[in-house]
Amino acid sequence: MNLNEVSVQFVVNGKKQTVKAAPMLRLLDVLRENIHLTGTKEGCGEGECGACSVLMDGKLVNSCLIPVMQASGCHITTIEGVAGPDQLHAVQQAFLECGGAQCGICTPGMILASKALLEKCPNPSESQIREGLAGNLCRCTGYMKIFDAVKRAGTLS
Amino acid sequence: MESKPLIGRPVLRKEGRSKVTGQAKYIDDITMPGMIYGTTVRSSIARGRIKGIHFEGGIPWNEFTIVTSKDIPGENYLALILHDQPFLADEQINHPEEAIVLLAHPDKYLLEEARRCVRIDVEPMPAVFNLEDSLAKKEIIWGNDNIFKSYLVEKGNIDTVWEKADFIVEGEYHTGAQEQLYIENNGMIAVANPKDGVTIWGSMQCPYYVHKGLVPLFELPPEKVRIIQAETGGGFGGKEEYPTMIAGHAALLAWKSGKPVKIMYDRAEDMVATTKRHPARTRHKTAVSKDGKILGMEIEFVIDGGAYATLSSVVLSRGTIHSAGPYFCPHVRIKSTAVATNMPPHGAFRGFGAPQSIFAQERHLDKIAKTLGMTPEEIRRRNFLHKGQTTATGQTIEENVDMDGLLSRAFKLTDYHTKKKLFAQENAKPENKIKKGIGFASFMHGSGFTGSGEKFLASIVGVEATPQGRVRILSASTEIGQGTNTIFAQIAADALHLDYEDIDVVQPDTATVPNSGPTVASRTVMVVGKLVETAALGIKQILIQSGHLQKTHTAQDFKRACKEYIDQLGPLKSFSQYKQPPGINWDDDKYQGDAYGAYAWAVYVAEVSVDTMTYETRVDDFVAVQEVGKVIHPVLAAGQIEGGVAQGIGYAIYEKCVWKDGRMANGQMTNYIMPTAADVPPIRVFFEEVPYAYGPNGAKGIGELPMDGPGPAILNAVEDATGISVNHIPMLPEDLMQAMRGSK
Amino acid sequence: MRAYLPSYEMKPIRNLTEALLLLKDEPGVWRPFAGGTDLMVLLEAGKLAHRKFFNIWGLKELKEVTVTSDHVMLGALTTYGELQEIDVLKKEFPLLCHAAKETGAIAIQNRGTLGGNIANASPAADSPPALLVYEAEVELVSTAGARWVRYLDFHLGYKRTVMGADELISRIRIPRGNAGAFQYYRKVGTRKAQAISKICFAGMGSLKNGVIQDVRIALGSVAPTAIRCSKTEAYLKGKKLDSHILSQARTQIENEVAPIDDIRSTAEFRSTVTGNLLEEFLEKLSTHVELD
Repeated sequence: MNLNEVSVQFVVNGKKQTVKAAPMLRLLDVLRENIHLTGTKEGCGEGECGACSVLMDGKLVNSCLIPVMQASGCHITTIEGVAGPDQLHAVQQAFLECGGAQCGICTPGMILASKALLEKCPNPSESQIREGLAGNLCRCTGYMKIFDAVKRAGTLS
Repeated sequence: MESKPLIGRPVLRKEGRSKVTGQAKYIDDITMPGMIYGTTVRSSIARGRIKGIHFEGGIPWNEFTIVTSKDIPGENYLALILHDQPFLADEQINHPEEAIVLLAHPDKYLLEEARRCVRIDVEPMPAVFNLEDSLAKKEIIWGNDNIFKSYLVEKGNIDTVWEKADFIVEGEYHTGAQEQLYIENNGMIAVANPKDGVTIWGSMQCPYYVHKGLVPLFELPPEKVRIIQAETGGGFGGKEEYPTMIAGHAALLAWKSGKPVKIMYDRAEDMVATTKRHPARTRHKTAVSKDGKILGMEIEFVIDGGAYATLSSVVLSRGTIHSAGPYFCPHVRIKSTAVATNMPPHGAFRGFGAPQSIFAQERHLDKIAKTLGMTPEEIRRRNFLHKGQTTATGQTIEENVDMDGLLSRAFKLTDYHTKKKLFAQENAKPENKIKKGIGFASFMHGSGFTGSGEKFLASIVGVEATPQGRVRILSASTEIGQGTNTIFAQIAADALHLDYEDIDVVQPDTATVPNSGPTVASRTVMVVGKLVETAALGIKQILIQSGHLQKTHTAQDFKRACKEYIDQLGPLKSFSQYKQPPGINWDDDKYQGDAYGAYAWAVYVAEVSVDTMTYETRVDDFVAVQEVGKVIHPVLAAGQIEGGVAQGIGYAIYEKCVWKDGRMANGQMTNYIMPTAADVPPIRVFFEEVPYAYGPNGAKGIGELPMDGPGPAILNAVEDATGISVNHIPMLPEDLMQAMRGSK
Repeated sequence: MRAYLPSYEMKPIRNLTEALLLLKDEPGVWRPFAGGTDLMVLLEAGKLAHRKFFNIWGLKELKEVTVTSDHVMLGALTTYGELQEIDVLKKEFPLLCHAAKETGAIAIQNRGTLGGNIANASPAADSPPALLVYEAEVELVSTAGARWVRYLDFHLGYKRTVMGADELISRIRIPRGNAGAFQYYRKVGTRKAQAISKICFAGMGSLKNGVIQDVRIALGSVAPTAIRCSKTEAYLKGKKLDSHILSQARTQIENEVAPIDDIRSTAEFRSTVTGNLLEEFLEKLSTHVELD
């Protein structure tokens, strides 16, 4: 199978990774299948649902829309890199306490989007929360307890 | 030391930590050594005969596992209610995207390329694409008359009522298909061979349905088929019956290839090929006295089942029974029909027929009010069911229902009267381009399976203790986000005076857990949860009877007793089987009697803004008030209502299925519109509790209830805002514009 | 993922010169790949017909933002997220910021680029109406040099542009001097975020003593390309707004647009709402306080 493979180096959750892959293989698939970090999910493959959200050099992106070649030299944070060594991140703790996760499939992306929002805006208003999370679809919660979780995370950190 | 009761407290979700850290393993996160990928070649036409299958395109076909209907070891039908749906089309195609050929290969990219290179030669046949054409028998496409099922429910004598009526109000109401849109697509992994049997892992709501479906497919004894539920990313009914189809497909490929096979749908395939909510048409003809008493209701309810029967008869049943609403009426006739069309079969979706017929009833009541010059409130108050009165099926309401109280409370919480008046004043000013309105829906939803359904299911739950005194719950009820694991643990811990952390809920695996029935019908807490309680108490009984435990005990006592018992006497297990509560009488032939053991009762209020420049409707505030027996977990319960209301808002004003020749044309998330975080209103949830004697701690079912209210509440509010009556959902801005122009 | 990945190639590119040489040596063979928010969606749906791409994401020469007294120049690879952070844009070109804010959602805004949006040439894109109102110009570069094209002339028809096979968009230039003008942007989509527009209206205007001095109106999603409504503008210029003028202007604009029925909406809806938005724009314009 001749895939015109290239070698791509980047950092995932603080750890250097070197991957040999087709240049247009999605970052999502590289994370899940090459690096075996399955926390990042595929929900739509169209950049609509945000289940595949990761942080790339600190910015929230949809990993299903990134060809792995373009991740070269970048710092990626996935859900597996959010918690500290000994304890959950404030966002994760807040999601737990407030009921922000039901089936959990949107949760990794939602937590990364929340983290990105709080880093930019530590005390967001409800409308800022809605805007910050508008690219992450949740079918279970109706978003109410996710908003609660983000507000609570703001107070916990 | 006695631990505080867990029921009623917001304990942390049992599997919550694994979900917030990304550790939870859904089916696509799982791989197996030697695993290959499977895909499905589907029909591009709605109806026709298969003339040939051609494998083209320079693909190395010898590397592929290829399965057609000819490869099926046993029976080619999906065992559900009727046996009309094949796993793989044999000679006849009956809907677009019907599965015809299965392929497997280790390279998933080549696999997709190969899928496109399979050409199916077809001879098209005339097809039917909507329920009107099916009823009119434009073409007979199923059975002798296109009819999957009919019901006739009669109470009193409606024919005597028309001449006594001061008003006869008629109306016709339509609801469209709706896609469940769980964020995790369907997927399965199968390992299968004639010697060992079939093992399935996958995203599903009902392991025993999958089990039932695979036994005849392979002609295996039941113990050689094993179904294991993986962490499941949402279901909402969309993973009630459909998973059997994919499980069968994966298993057929595994059987033929000798390798583990994973079939994972992408979003586009999941949207076009799997089930949707049944579209429906409801016609009402109501006899009313001038003082607003409903004298008689005649209802015709029709649902579009798609190409095969699947669960249409049961959806029809629930929609039929709920069509008359929480109102007393002495004379009723409900005629209902489920018809076939050449669309992919419609299936279970939260609410299961009730959202369709309740939409009609609640819009119709506002119409009746308008016709009589009464308010929507007055017409309800004059007709609400009270304790001691009978429903449309003749069931006497034994519980202390107080719809008046719920209505008053909902009005207070939303400032309904003040707002209605204020909005009317503001809307009258021509400079206000945004018209505001407030509307409500009042309804009930029956918990558990209809009539004798629960008796027929005869669900079983097991509870097992370990030597360390840990308690394991063995049930087939799946966690799909609604909180099964958490609630079962609360119930068992309270029954045994243990800590929450002492309870494990075993992963549903048909090799390990008994058949507790499907995770549907708002039955998981009320019916299965009750069995968890009795099975847990059964462990305690065993220990008391064997002398290892006193009636009053601490957690430490219990753990010590378990160890001693197991050391001395062996495994410590208790099973509990469903027994129908006394006094439930149901006649399946006449469709009369006690349809449900318990009902949840609700009033939902929607406040909307309608932008007359863009015809967009925005829900500004939504209040949901419901009486649910007992709130086992306040955060989970509110979460169910909030999530269901959001889906209901989608059903009302965003989610449209666009069909072209029976195929969903907008099968992508870009074009099938569900609400984002920027779209939902504040959803405010309030509970009341009138305990149901046969639910755990008095709990009734609540999972589907929230789906029923938003559609009619919102459209009632839009009519309040604009004076325009729209009687179909989804109501998109384009539809409102048409209606507003039509009325000029 | 429905594409046969082995048939796709992506070349790394170190600088703009290398990109232009590649385009010169093999015109039409290699196409630029920027943020991927359009191309990756096509790839995943199995609909990306072109197979050979070169990666321009992050090329520094295409990310420069320059502000002079007359113009703002935006590198083609400026993302929607970055646009919203540029002070001079926030102050003087709010329509562009508004359009960027309404494109997709945050994750899309962090990857979608202005140049990519222009080159993709979708008539439903959110930025083009703002660019038309601001009378933007697009710089096209090749090994032969650079040329500026009015954005108004850039699109020839549905998904057809004036770009040569050897050219790349390098910069977008917007003239300053809109201080005091009333500016209006409204996107009507299927929902509040992650929505393709059904109608997208950008307008700018100024009044003196109640008389319209200058007015610019641009629309997206109502024609094969985004359009400037020059006939409606010509009608309105020099007029004092009253209900008769308003109604005539509405007729003008409904005739200037050519909307279609598609999966998201209908021609009738688009045409009616266009007229309504024009009404809203003009009413707001008429009450706008002029700044000198």
